[in-house]
Amino acid sequence: MLGADAMARCLLEEQVKVVFGYPGVAICPFFNSMLAVDIDRVLVRTEQNAAHMANGYARISGNVGVCIATSGPGATNLITGIATAYADSIPIVCITGQVDSKQLGSDVFQEADITGAVESFVKYSYLVKDVEDIPRIFREAFHIASTGRKGPVLIDVPIDIQNAAISKFVYPQEVYLRTYKPTVKGHVVQIKKVIKAISRAERPIICAGGGVLLSEGAHELRDFAHRCNIPVVSTLMGIGVMPTDDPLYFGMVGNNGKSYANRAMNESDLIIMIGARVADRAISQPDLTMDNTVLVHIDVDPAEIGKNVGSHIPLVGDIKTILKDMEKYEIRCDIDDWIERLNEYKRNEPERKPPREEYVDPARFIEMLSDKLNDDAVYVADVGQNQMWSCGYHKVKNGRFLTSGGMGTMGYSIPAAIGARAAARDRQIVAVCGDGSFQMSMMELATMQQHGLPVKIIIFHNGYLGLVREYQYKTYKGHYSVVDLSGSPDFGKLASAYDIPFFKLENMSNADEVIDEFLSIKDPALMEVMIDPLDVVK
Amino acid sequence: MKRLYSVLVENRSGVLSKVAGLFSRRMFNIDSLAVGETDDPKVSCITIVSSGEQGTLEQIEKQLNKKIDVIKIKTFAEEESVSRELILVKVKYNKSTRREIMEICEILGASIVDMSKNLLTIQLCDTPERTALLIQMLASISIVEVARTGTLALQKCSLSD
Repeated sequence: MLGADAMARCLLEEQVKVVFGYPGVAICPFFNSMLAVDIDRVLVRTEQNAAHMANGYARISGNVGVCIATSGPGATNLITGIATAYADSIPIVCITGQVDSKQLGSDVFQEADITGAVESFVKYSYLVKDVEDIPRIFREAFHIASTGRKGPVLIDVPIDIQNAAISKFVYPQEVYLRTYKPTVKGHVVQIKKVIKAISRAERPIICAGGGVLLSEGAHELRDFAHRCNIPVVSTLMGIGVMPTDDPLYFGMVGNNGKSYANRAMNESDLIIMIGARVADRAISQPDLTMDNTVLVHIDVDPAEIGKNVGSHIPLVGDIKTILKDMEKYEIRCDIDDWIERLNEYKRNEPERKPPREEYVDPARFIEMLSDKLNDDAVYVADVGQNQMWSCGYHKVKNGRFLTSGGMGTMGYSIPAAIGARAAARDRQIVAVCGDGSFQMSMMELATMQQHGLPVKIIIFHNGYLGLVREYQYKTYKGHYSVVDLSGSPDFGKLASAYDIPFFKLENMSNADEVIDEFLSIKDPALMEVMIDPLDVVK
Repeated sequence: MKRLYSVLVENRSGVLSKVAGLFSRRMFNIDSLAVGETDDPKVSCITIVSSGEQGTLEQIEKQLNKKIDVIKIKTFAEEESVSRELILVKVKYNKSTRREIMEICEILGASIVDMSKNLLTIQLCDTPERTALLIQMLASISIVEVARTGTLALQKCSLSD
């Protein structure tokens, strides 16, 4: 048995069903060994998207996503995808080929110090120096990626190690890492403090982040909110923790969020941050004063507590476990006037100014689309105006809302949707992107067709890098610099070149029928939606 | 505010760069850094002196704790520690300055460990303040070169230990 065979065997032991990758000489022994195992191999069209596909796969399957690249440029192309997964704490394992270990450090062809390059974007990385270490390293890598605060782990394997014979393959049952023991159970004293704070609160609010979804605790959070009668707002990454039409849900916070969500935070006397790292986009809003507010911060990562905001009651542990532990406390807030106040704010939320009539109104379009989507649909938003409209107007039922929140990586939606498809063959999956972000990953239409991983793609076509144009409009008095997207292809011709059914929506007059038809045909399909070039987020 | 971190890490290649990289990426200061093996050859000790606001100093400890190669962190204020630096200073001397240099060495408890016709090498192992003082005193005479370790520190023994 060679090192490469052992690597493939490790993936089987970890019950990996699919890998996303791109070969090159330095990873060829491994791809050759993959022929002997029953794991789907998806050939992407550029390595960055292999990491995004692994990301989408991980978020929908709940398992670790796996991507593979060769040494040098293959490995460096992965970096943006790794950083994207790191910023959103998505568990992926990246396997890279490396030049012969005896030549390491001598700048031979396609040598790149990838473990050094990704150091600040990975939870951990390995450079395999001894073939006998392969089973242990793979076991540890999957364990580290998927426990505690999840995240990417990289394994760099020199080609001579892949080709070396391993004396004995034993896959370790247990992981022994003396330095890595993430806290799972919340401290009972802290839990009691939280319960006490809730019982005293007059205007409590839960702010749910992506950590709730990562711990698979959305169901528990909904139960908790309803049992205690506490309203909930979410961060961008927390969208979908609560169904949008839940009477206790009050939208997304932050400078691109709902003003009633921000008011709920500002006027509350008890904020329960749960699985949220309170990053700048979520809290940099006018008049957020917390002088009279008790802040509870529940997170699996102790370093997040107190990093961006000071907290009065920190509670470290796995969110699902903590929420389950809190079930035994009977507590119900009698705060109907507070909830009524929030509902009033919600009713008074100013309407978005509609764009010119000859164009599609993205807000109404997204509302209409999400009404028509299945209960458990997966909606993947890209980055830019399309993302802001999506998080503002998409109504999540019991499905998922995926986007690149922390890194804001353009081109995320199509590969992430394809990865999601590999995890959920029967779910409705829609990727919504702009004409800019679409062109960052449109090469993956081929991957989608080749591997039978169809998704629905919607392009918001406004001929601009819209969010940057909007910024330049506001900040530089409309002096636009390098945001004009003329030169884009004819998306209809492009769709037909890939043999994908194409739809075009010019304005709202026939939106209803076009969306129906788009959703009813058998996957995949591409819809171009004409957006007012001058439309703005709010 | 200054704070000392005594960080026990796995003695593997690349660990020092991970720890140092963490400081630079998160804009934490490194005032001094010293590394060496401990009594267990699988474990190294990195002693870091850092300075910053209270919140930053707490973040340093938390972020270090997240590193999987970090085994244990002990952190303490300067006054709670016994800290030492080793310094070697090469100075140029002549008949008129030799006496003065020797007096400085005597007062500060430094020793002369090497000499030639025109050069002297002085060694001092003492607290960071006193090694700094030695440099200051010799500066007016003619320092040729200086080599000094980072601060090494252990927490002071308390009476109850």
